[in-house]
Amino acid sequence: MKKRIALKQKVLENNDSIARRLRAVFESQKILTLNMIGSPGAGKTALLEQTLRRLPSGLRAAVLTGDIETDNDAARLARFGKPVRQITTGGACHLDAGMIERELDKLETQKVDILFVENVGNLVCPASFDLGEASKIVVLSVTEGDDKPIKYPATFAKADLLVLNKIDLLPHVPFDLARARGNAKRVRPGIDIIETSCLSGEGIDDWLRWIQTRASAM
Amino acid sequence: MHELGIAKSLLDIVRDEARRHGQARAVAVGVRIGELSGVNSKALIFGLESLTKGTEFDALEARIETASQRNRCTACNHEFLVVNHNTICPECGESQTQLIGGDEIEIVYVEFEE
Repeated sequence: MKKRIALKQKVLENNDSIARRLRAVFESQKILTLNMIGSPGAGKTALLEQTLRRLPSGLRAAVLTGDIETDNDAARLARFGKPVRQITTGGACHLDAGMIERELDKLETQKVDILFVENVGNLVCPASFDLGEASKIVVLSVTEGDDKPIKYPATFAKADLLVLNKIDLLPHVPFDLARARGNAKRVRPGIDIIETSCLSGEGIDDWLRWIQTRASAM
Repeated sequence: MHELGIAKSLLDIVRDEARRHGQARAVAVGVRIGELSGVNSKALIFGLESLTKGTEFDALEARIETASQRNRCTACNHEFLVVNHNTICPECGESQTQLIGGDEIEIVYVEFEE
């Protein structure tokens, strides 16, 4: 005899319940938390370097940066005098909500207006794990190909902003900006899109304005 | 490749359920995987097989169904299946539609042998 028990239970309920707890903390303390996702080398750390350098001092930023190994990114970002903590996943290809919660205790969150979470370089796995963020942001560089939004729809479908990075390289690569924008809008009609170059500084003001608008709405 | 971790969470739930039913022997688990979940079904099955071999779950069969993306129109509230990433509302043509399903990773049922 076989007996079937209906469940309808989320497999990642443990993660999601921690994420709900984190979201409640962020909302009550008015911390804008941004989960930044992108391939290795898309420019997530470079964008954060520009951000920490130029963000108006009235907005107090902190960073949690995830990698499988090394604290290289934390060292790069610590130069700007803002609180930065490295999360080393030791093999895991994404951050999960528990990792954020453990690190949050070590940040003085009452002194933070914006928490940047730099996810592990990966366009697939981070999409499955809610970190309690206000928004997911995808950083896509023009050297990667304009079809990425439809190749990796899970990540793009949940993002509020697409940062098209390294646009200074456009003359040298067969990347069609209009096609990339069209593909992103197809997967996620409401997505905002900003074009940046962390080398020339182009578009960084647009990105900072996007953050400020979100932060002032908290 | 995060399917091994997801397989582990899935087995934890099955184990809890088995305990709740007097240590019954779980023989099958029904899993629904959304196409936007970021989970690959084959990798998940491989992960489950690696974790269950030689354990009390050796006979556990994973029955995986995939769920398509579903959106709801913000203008007319129509709910529809998204085909080929086309998120425009087929009823009224509105482009602003909201994701309401297709990103799930859930256990639908567990089957026990009595």
